[in-house]
Amino acid sequence: MSDTFDVAIVGGGVVGAAIARELSRYDLKVVLLEKAADVARGTSGKNSGVVHTGINVPTGSVKAKLNVAGAEMFEDLCADLDVPFKRCGKTIVALSEAELPDLESLMARGVANGVRDLEIIDSATLKRMEPNIEGAAALNVPTAAIVCPYSLNIALAESVIENGAEIRLNSPVTAISGTEGSFELTTPGGIISAGLIVNSAGLFSDKVARMTGVHRWRIWPCRGEYLILDKSKGHLINGMVYPVPPKGGAGLGIHITPTTDGNILLGPSADYTNDAEDVRTTGKIRRQLLTEAAEFLPQLSPRDVITAYSGMRPKLVPSKVGGFGDFVIEEVEEAPGVMQLVGIESPGLTASPAIAEQVSAWVRDKIPAQGKADFVSKRTSIPRLRDEPLELREARIQKDGDYGEIVCRCEMVTRKEITESIKNGLGATSLNAIKYRSRATMGRCQGGFCGPRVVDLLIEAGHPPESLTLNGGESWLFMGTTEDLRAERKAERTGAK
Amino acid sequence: MMGRTQKADVAIIGGGPAGLAAASEAKAAGADRVLLLERDARVGGILNQQVHDGFGTKVFNEALTGPEYAAIYEDRCNERDVETWLKSTVINVTKDRVLTVQSDSGLATIEASSMIFAMGCRERTRGAIGTPGTRPAGVFTAGAVQNYMNVRNLAVGRKVVILGSGDIGLIMARRMTLEGAEVICVAEILPQPSGIAGNIVRCLEDFNIPLYLSTTVVEIHGKERVTGVTLAQVGPKMGEVYGTRRFIECDTLLLSVGLIPETELSTEVGIATNPVTTGAVVDDSFRTSVPGIFSCGNVLQVHDVVDFATLEAEKAGRAAAMWATTGELPEPTISITPGEGLRYVLPAAISGVDAVDFTMRSWKEEHHKSVVFRSGGEVLRRLKMPHMEPAGMIRVRVGQGRFKKVLDKNITVEVGE
Ligand SMILES: Cc1cc2nc3c(=O)[nH]c(=O)nc-3n(C[C@H](O)[C@H](O)[C@H](O)COP(=O)(O)OP(=O)(O)OC[C@H]3O[C@@H](n4cnc5c(N)ncnc54)[C@H](O)[C@@H]3O)c2cc1C
Ligand SMILES: Cc1cc2nc3c(=O)[nH]c(=O)nc-3n(C[C@H](O)[C@H](O)[C@H](O)COP(=O)(O)OP(=O)(O)OC[C@H]3O[C@@H](n4cnc5c(N)ncnc54)[C@H](O)[C@@H]3O)c2cc1C
Repeated sequence: MSDTFDVAIVGGGVVGAAIARELSRYDLKVVLLEKAADVARGTSGKNSGVVHTGINVPTGSVKAKLNVAGAEMFEDLCADLDVPFKRCGKTIVALSEAELPDLESLMARGVANGVRDLEIIDSATLKRMEPNIEGAAALNVPTAAIVCPYSLNIALAESVIENGAEIRLNSPVTAISGTEGSFELTTPGGIISAGLIVNSAGLFSDKVARMTGVHRWRIWPCRGEYLILDKSKGHLINGMVYPVPPKGGAGLGIHITPTTDGNILLGPSADYTNDAEDVRTTGKIRRQLLTEAAEFLPQLSPRDVITAYSGMRPKLVPSKVGGFGDFVIEEVEEAPGVMQLVGIESPGLTASPAIAEQVSAWVRDKIPAQGKADFVSKRTSIPRLRDEPLELREARIQKDGDYGEIVCRCEMVTRKEITESIKNGLGATSLNAIKYRSRATMGRCQGGFCGPRVVDLLIEAGHPPESLTLNGGESWLFMGTTEDLRAERKAERTGAK
Repeated sequence: MMGRTQKADVAIIGGGPAGLAAASEAKAAGADRVLLLERDARVGGILNQQVHDGFGTKVFNEALTGPEYAAIYEDRCNERDVETWLKSTVINVTKDRVLTVQSDSGLATIEASSMIFAMGCRERTRGAIGTPGTRPAGVFTAGAVQNYMNVRNLAVGRKVVILGSGDIGLIMARRMTLEGAEVICVAEILPQPSGIAGNIVRCLEDFNIPLYLSTTVVEIHGKERVTGVTLAQVGPKMGEVYGTRRFIECDTLLLSVGLIPETELSTEVGIATNPVTTGAVVDDSFRTSVPGIFSCGNVLQVHDVVDFATLEAEKAGRAAAMWATTGELPEPTISITPGEGLRYVLPAAISGVDAVDFTMRSWKEEHHKSVVFRSGGEVLRRLKMPHMEPAGMIRVRVGQGRFKKVLDKNITVEVGE
């Protein structure tokens, strides 16, 4: 394994992975360095999973351009990568007549940004589309879609590997030296040399920029909490239901979003914090989310919540200033040869394919490269038996009995799906890595039942219990065997005497 | 295997203690083909992970471990030629009693004359109770820990806080201590413990483990592994009492915050459920609202004593066999209503042609009261209860003769003098 590359990408979120995949189309030596034990552990795994149309961003901004361009590419990209995608549409609901002008200005902006098929609908039409939603009127956005964001991130990364580029997990970049053509990036695994650098470090892009001598930016983390509802309540909405965006707020308001797996998300809140990694969830926001969402969806019950999570917006504008901050996608004069991607907050997921094309063009402008004849654009997911018709399931089980054994009962995940997830091309082996690839432990019992069984399968695959983590790093699941612990206690007691 | 539909007289979903007892009794009562379907690699259900003794005191008059207790019923099933399919998950059930089973040999379709739901329950999770904080490793449910510890000999942590003082939480406090962990405390959100008094002594006091009542976890700390939890007291409406927060250093939070019946299949076929138990509404033959489908064990109501689950399952097994062979069961004509002082009473209706074992739970702890069965103004039966507590299921037998005095086809069961 040589440690010299044409391009080093720092950060394996959806943006970094999309860029790596674009570059893997060419005869370039590319490495993606990710500090976590898996991809999609940053913002890309913790958002609303909405493929935005572009009605929410100011006309003429970088965000607007890349949002619209990215959204156009999404459906084909997801088809190529076998990633769950659904054009379920969205309604932005006015709770009272007073909010009608807001709908009209949103619509005007959408039209200006090139969004198709927008229409203001009355409460009767809204009731027909969304029988369980209360509202006075709504802006109907039929082209809005949802995607499974972490599946996309993982699929992009697997496609990168398949096409010969490298991904190194557990590889935080701690220092950068050198200049264009001969950069050196320090990681715990050693020094990596690269001609060009892409800084797609998300919440830490300001810090990585500083490593390259650029001090222009500061990221202001802004937390968004969500609740996930049980699948049995998935039928309550047909498409996304958004409020009129709060004026001057840090987000789009608390919305009700279906997921591609049939759950419902409530959220996100918007709270600035000092710590980009402080993705806690709070009781206050839980109550707030349930109360605000119930204004639109009175049937909602706290009993329907199966879990909560938080995502962090990498904002370029502090809370005191507020207002709009555009994406920064630039090579700046202090650091030639480094593409800085800073402040890639929403709609960054949607824009990621377009960002990747733009960055790829920048790279090839600097390093002329040939397209690879053997580039494989298709990638297939592990089959999900629960989504397949019975005949197909039966055929799979007849070929391989491991497809017959259900390990995770809530999500109906089979043994085969889990063992295939364990064999993933990235070599990610944390419990969460298996979860995001197979959905085991993601259902209503949250792993109470299948967690120990997934652990068994990891052990069978050659990962001893003492190596197992929830999320990599020091997130150990076990502290030895019960025998070890008893011995420890005994030694303590005799020591004390 | 698919396409070829098999027939069974009685099909039982779930091979825990309830399913085992139902299956062996169905066979003994004359059903020809009795099929027991269990998704795990062995029968026994949650008893497999409960290595403490305390099972069988009612039925066998001795204290057995979970696996020992299950083995007795497993042997019975074998002796009586119950057909058991392991690693076989029922993925679908229809109203006309056709079920689909998935296993490593394929999908199978089974048409059953009677069907018994004995799927047990699952544990309530952190997400369901909404415990705030970070999301580190080291937050486990009691069942998962039992599994790691008792079945796989893996230690999940050194310094443990337990949330929930039900019998499961209490037993886990003792178990983890014996396995070399330090259980710092047990926190309980209610003003009284949820487990029975005997377990407070045997599992906490004997090991000097403090129990904090009206206390809950208001924050989980730690980025990678749990580094501690913040406890706070709660007021009468379960709101946090300000100024009572305290940080407790620990590496593990064990949640024992309740069990919820595994009701997916029941909901799918549209079985009527009781909002209190979340299990099915049944009559004294354990029939649900869907003809030919019966329900028993923890999927019907959460049992703290396995013996009662067994007894109820045996009755369900016999009734299911009778329905399968004759198509007849005594019609329930008398409805049962929980009155003053009781959270719920099972069954919801009875035929009156047989003695009935009623099961119920009280709202609160009561001393020297009675369980009173009333119809119209008439008292049918009054049973003195020296002690009642929400944690202990009450089981009362009422003889057939008493039902002769029933008026208005209704009996109210209540806590009285
Ligand atoms: C609450 C919320 C809701 C959102 N909803 C939507 C939506 O519905 N639709 C939409 O289009 N967008 C949405 N977004 C925005 C979208 O999620 C982000 O724009 C997108 O995920 C950003 O991807 P990224 O790859 O830039 O960042 P990340 O996913 O954060 O990836 C950055 C990666 O860099 C790694 N890293 C950091 N420092 C280093 C280092 N020194 N060395 C190595 N690796 C490093 C991190 O570990 C991380 O994996 C939402 C965002 C939030 C917070
Ligand atoms: C920690 C703990 C401690 C306890 N201590 C005691 C004690 O000391 N003394 C005592 O008497 N009782 C005790 N109990 C109570 C006792 O264990 C229960 O009452 C009893 O296990 C209930 O039996 P069950 O068959 O209804 O459920 P389970 O034991 O849960 O069995 C249900 C079975 O159904 C299977 N199943 C579910 N869905 C499907 C499907 N779709 N297809 C196929 N199979 C399926 C499951 O795999 C499982 O094997 C304790 C319980 C717990 C949790």
